[in-house]
Amino acid sequence: MHPADNPLVSHPHKKARLAALLHKVRKAAEPLTESALALVPIVLVVAFFQLLVLQQPIPQLGKMLWGLLQVLLGLALFVRGLQMALFPIGEEMAYNFVRKGSLWWLLIFAFALGFGTTVAEPALIAISEEAARIAAAGQVIASTQEAQNSYAIGLRLTVALAVGIALVMGVFRILKGWPVQYLIIGGYLGVVIMTFFAPPEIIGIAYDSGGVTTSTVTVPLVAALGIGLAHTIHGRDPLIDGFGLIAFASLTPMIFVMAFGILY
Amino acid sequence: MDGLVGFGTTLLTMLRDIFPIAAILFGFQALVLRRKIKNPARVAMGMVLVLLGLTLFLEGLEMALFPIGRLMAQQLTAPEFIYGSADGVLGAIYWADFLWIYAFAAAIGFATTVAEPALMAVAIKANQVSGGTITVRGLRYAVAFGVAIGVAVGAFRIVTGTPLHWFIISGYVVVIIQTIFAPKLIIPLAYDSGGVTTSTVTVPLVAALGLGLAETIPGRSAILDGFGLIAFASLFPIIAVMGYAQIGEFRAKRLKRQSEKK
Repeated sequence: MHPADNPLVSHPHKKARLAALLHKVRKAAEPLTESALALVPIVLVVAFFQLLVLQQPIPQLGKMLWGLLQVLLGLALFVRGLQMALFPIGEEMAYNFVRKGSLWWLLIFAFALGFGTTVAEPALIAISEEAARIAAAGQVIASTQEAQNSYAIGLRLTVALAVGIALVMGVFRILKGWPVQYLIIGGYLGVVIMTFFAPPEIIGIAYDSGGVTTSTVTVPLVAALGIGLAHTIHGRDPLIDGFGLIAFASLTPMIFVMAFGILY
Repeated sequence: MDGLVGFGTTLLTMLRDIFPIAAILFGFQALVLRRKIKNPARVAMGMVLVLLGLTLFLEGLEMALFPIGRLMAQQLTAPEFIYGSADGVLGAIYWADFLWIYAFAAAIGFATTVAEPALMAVAIKANQVSGGTITVRGLRYAVAFGVAIGVAVGAFRIVTGTPLHWFIISGYVVVIIQTIFAPKLIIPLAYDSGGVTTSTVTVPLVAALGLGLAETIPGRSAILDGFGLIAFASLFPIIAVMGYAQIGEFRAKRLKRQSEKK
């Protein structure tokens, strides 16, 4: 028997291979453990309130465990897919736009990305239909289905327009290297001023619309785009200049929706 | 069989949601930039993973978490639970009758935010960009802590019926003051973390809580007061993340001062 094949003799080469394999397994399991840790608080909260505060058994425990397993696997796959597709593509496109050197195309792209991803966002569709119902109940608009539909669509287009403009402004800011806080605080002032003029029924919806516009697929893409731009442009810091796009996208809809409420 | 049909429908919905994004990306890549994507097979595989992952994630939530979460929100806000306890365990003070609800609001806000995929994406990116100074978990817990406080304060607001905008405007004032003093590196990330907290996991449960609460309390309109919790959940993380960085900076300075003294 060749000494290397003897299973009883530990061989340095074999050991290294085993270590490499273990490392690979650990690397592959990393998103899974990370997702599992992310789910621990939810399980604890549900168990605590259901069993101790409400003092009721957990209904359909088996189904719940099966669902949690799906959530776990889904989260791990999503994180892996992020790193394989959404992050690289966002950064690569930022790099390509800078290389192409066309400011206008970059800004048009930013607008299209903001508008296109928001206009079809399910959470936004739900919230604008709800808003139309409130407006009809408050006799702001006629209570016919037609009037409600046109109000809901108008609101949706307003928010999508706001997000498109937000990304254009945000990208322009990265190019210029302006500090984010002046623009955001300026935006806050806009929100406060608009609050005093907007009809009271719209304020809650306007404030919430800032939060619902940024979906799970758009966020990583937009973050990667900003960081890619900050990486590629000379003199920009990825941490200071690369972040901030999402902040714009959650601020402008508030102002735009209140303006919609005033004008409608 | 039921599960398979559900999975198929969710997959189709996800496809429909992702389609405009993919169309914009590949349209610009092919028509404007006219460049080939590096590693197209890897990117395509990654897209499939994102799609599959989100579908599984949503399906699982719908199966495991949303029904029980909504039920719990209903039960905790039901009048029988708040006023009905004959042994008078709960205090007589008006807003304090709802202590369990504030606790639940904070707990569910924290727990759902930690599991929020969009936040995980931003935290991973922030970790890479900062060279490891910002940890993935540290940022997520800071944001989740902010959401917890935000949703609890939001629930308190629904109970007391104070106008929403006074809270939000005071929040803005705090953000502005913190911006002046916080480390400059954290500011853009802190602002961003306000927008990413509220998506797939947090919104359905927090909205259920808000609606349940507004329905139970006399004089609150479910539609008018049920809204607004999400606004709190997107404002407080900004304060929490800047606070987290400020505490870190403060401790680093104190350590430095102590070592200089020795």
